[in-house]
Amino acid sequence: MAQTINLRQLPVGKKGKIREVEAHGEMNRRIRDMGLIPGSQVSIVGKAPLRDPIAVRLSGVTISLRNQEADYITVEID
Amino acid sequence: MSDAFANTGNEGAGKALRIALAGNPNCGKTTVFNGYTGARQHVGNYPGVTVDRKEGEITVDGQQITLVDLPGTYSLTAYSMEEIVARRELSSNNVQAVIDVAEASALERNLLLTVQILEMGMPVVLGCNMMDEAAKGGITIDTAKLSSLLGIPVFPMTARSGEGLKEVLDAAVSIAKSGKKEPLRLSYGSDIDQALQQMETFIANEQLLSEKYHPYYVALKTMERDTDMIEELKSANSAAATSLQKIANDTMEHVKGTMGTNMESIITDHRYGFIRSLLGNGVLTQDPTKDRLAFTDSLDRILTNSFLGPVIMLAVLYFMYQLTIEIGAYPQGWVEDGLAWLGEWVGESMQEGHLKSLIVDGIINGVGGVLSFVPLIVIMFTLLSFLEDCGYMARMAYMMDRVFRVFGLHGASVMPYCVAGGIAGGCAIPGAMATRTLRSPKEKLATLLTLPFMTCGAKWPVFLLLATAFFGNENAPKIMFTMTAIGWIMALLVAKFLRSTVIKGEPTPFVMELPPYRFPTLFSVLLHCWERAWMYIKKAGTVLLAISVVLWAMMKFPELPADMSAQLEQKIEAAEEALKVLPENAPQERRDEAEEAVSDAQNALSEAELAYSFAGRLGKGIEPLLAPLGYDWRTDIALIAGVAAKEAVVGTLGTAWSLGEIEDAEDEEETKTLSDRLKSAPNWSKATAISLMLFVLLYSPCFVALIVIKQEAGGWKWLFFSIVFNTALAYIVAFAGYNICKMLWL
Repeated sequence: MAQTINLRQLPVGKKGKIREVEAHGEMNRRIRDMGLIPGSQVSIVGKAPLRDPIAVRLSGVTISLRNQEADYITVEID
Repeated sequence: MSDAFANTGNEGAGKALRIALAGNPNCGKTTVFNGYTGARQHVGNYPGVTVDRKEGEITVDGQQITLVDLPGTYSLTAYSMEEIVARRELSSNNVQAVIDVAEASALERNLLLTVQILEMGMPVVLGCNMMDEAAKGGITIDTAKLSSLLGIPVFPMTARSGEGLKEVLDAAVSIAKSGKKEPLRLSYGSDIDQALQQMETFIANEQLLSEKYHPYYVALKTMERDTDMIEELKSANSAAATSLQKIANDTMEHVKGTMGTNMESIITDHRYGFIRSLLGNGVLTQDPTKDRLAFTDSLDRILTNSFLGPVIMLAVLYFMYQLTIEIGAYPQGWVEDGLAWLGEWVGESMQEGHLKSLIVDGIINGVGGVLSFVPLIVIMFTLLSFLEDCGYMARMAYMMDRVFRVFGLHGASVMPYCVAGGIAGGCAIPGAMATRTLRSPKEKLATLLTLPFMTCGAKWPVFLLLATAFFGNENAPKIMFTMTAIGWIMALLVAKFLRSTVIKGEPTPFVMELPPYRFPTLFSVLLHCWERAWMYIKKAGTVLLAISVVLWAMMKFPELPADMSAQLEQKIEAAEEALKVLPENAPQERRDEAEEAVSDAQNALSEAELAYSFAGRLGKGIEPLLAPLGYDWRTDIALIAGVAAKEAVVGTLGTAWSLGEIEDAEDEEETKTLSDRLKSAPNWSKATAISLMLFVLLYSPCFVALIVIKQEAGGWKWLFFSIVFNTALAYIVAFAGYNICKMLWL
């Protein structure tokens, strides 16, 4: 059964599939331009020493996002 | 419908061609540019914005070509200056073709930019760069297939070894000569496609912005609700702009109803959909047993580890300092020695007079002030561009962001702060120049305006002098550490204050790539620091020269009236006479005394001259203003001189206390007399010392720093802001410090 959570809640090392990106304006564009769009496979490769920002892996690149930015993104996990 | 547009491309044939180099950040574009142009490139600024404008001249088979290096961007929106600059360069037939450099290992993300350039109707050659790295990571790309699917020339390349560079350039020259292309038309779903077609026809018929863009691109950007394009449309034909916007809005309402999302999302998602279907078509294959990021990931586990990460970062910063200061001292010494020699040589070969004084004290000193920073800048920037190119800088920003965000800054603010003196001994000039790596405009400005509060190397001697004089050798380090800490606290608090008042606004999205670790090429590192050094010499050299002449004049004129100087000169003569008539066998003590009498008399003259000059009068004029901080006119002159360069504070204080010139502010012997004099002065106390240290820490940045701030902030208003705001802040803090200390130590 697929479960939907915020990207922030995805544990390090676990994979998920982006379900929705609900940001607006520049934030929305920046997130999507990096390839973080519905359907993308993502995983968390690490977190900064203060647990924020997080480092996200998708199709061969690593993107860092602040936690509050990751909250715009929901992912499906198995 | 686009005939008029398509024809314009041929004008370039025969004449010099302009070819743009586009690509994502970290795609190796700079290496490609260097590979084509070598050192034959010039860097400037786009007018009004602080985005580097790099061009290089090359010749291919007798054809003159200007290669334009566009700023590295992921997309072509109107949200950042870099992207707007890139778009402008690609419009108006500025360039005849584009070489798009894509990182082969991250082709999907890189193609997003390619698609958008193709949508402008630009002839594009795609170079899949770093094929060697991709091959190691088990990635194979069928460039022939990609070429036929996209309908543009595609080549594999490895810019580092030069592989593929020639093929790409030749193809670019040949498509540049064949003129504009029809834009790439993706399907965005039938509703949007229909609306786009309707808008395109309308734009073509009205010939809206036809000299700049293809009608399809105007339609698409309007559909995306691109603020920059809509502004342009409005100023061209506001009625037409309104009807276009109406079509776009109606389509959006319609699509929103059926798909429940916004237009920009639909358009970006469709672009990615197109790219994914393209790559899934057998263009890209990945060996599942290999992972090109395996090495980067294992390095990141150490370098961004919760405990080790910050420790290593501090070590790296500390090492940078040691290296800059230790290595920098040698060439800085050579430059200073060279200038001293030049000053002496000019001094000897010229006649006494104002002209000589102007050249030696004014011009050579002023130019020397600028040049002596060059070695520091070169070394600092070699290290900085190494850290940036190898990928570590992005990790520093990643680790520090949580802390800096609290103050309205960005993780990447850490480096400029440290360079400016966050670790005591830096310099605000390279610090301000280092803010250029910050892509977030508001965060960059806040960093730029607050980094002068850090303890730069020139404030250090002032603190050293005052701390040792009033608090003794044991307590001096504590006082100096406290000053460095106060610098940090003030910088962060003021940043927070500015970000909630003058530079108010939502934080810029952090969304940032953590590029794989790579070893930078020596050439690009050296070239980068040469560019920075040259920019600095050009900008600071011209302005500072003028200012140092003005300052020289202020401290020289008006001259002491003859009757006043005659009296003092008589004293000098009398003392000299006394020294001369001293018998050969006189005891050494008496000889020393007589010599001291001569220098005392000479110094009395210097003091009187300084007091009589404009600067002296200004110092006396503002004495009542600064008296609440515990300063007299001598301190005031020193502070005025300190705006030219903080190094001048101690020296001017020496002259004003008639101690003669203090040549080396860090020489204990020379400053010892000054500290003794200050300690015994009736109006000086520990509270005065603390007050002056606080004032020097926080008040107006020096002139060279101000010029660089103006250049990086993009306006004179920030220069004046820095002078006025910082001085006002310094006044308040020093006043508070003075009064608190008076209560504590009375």
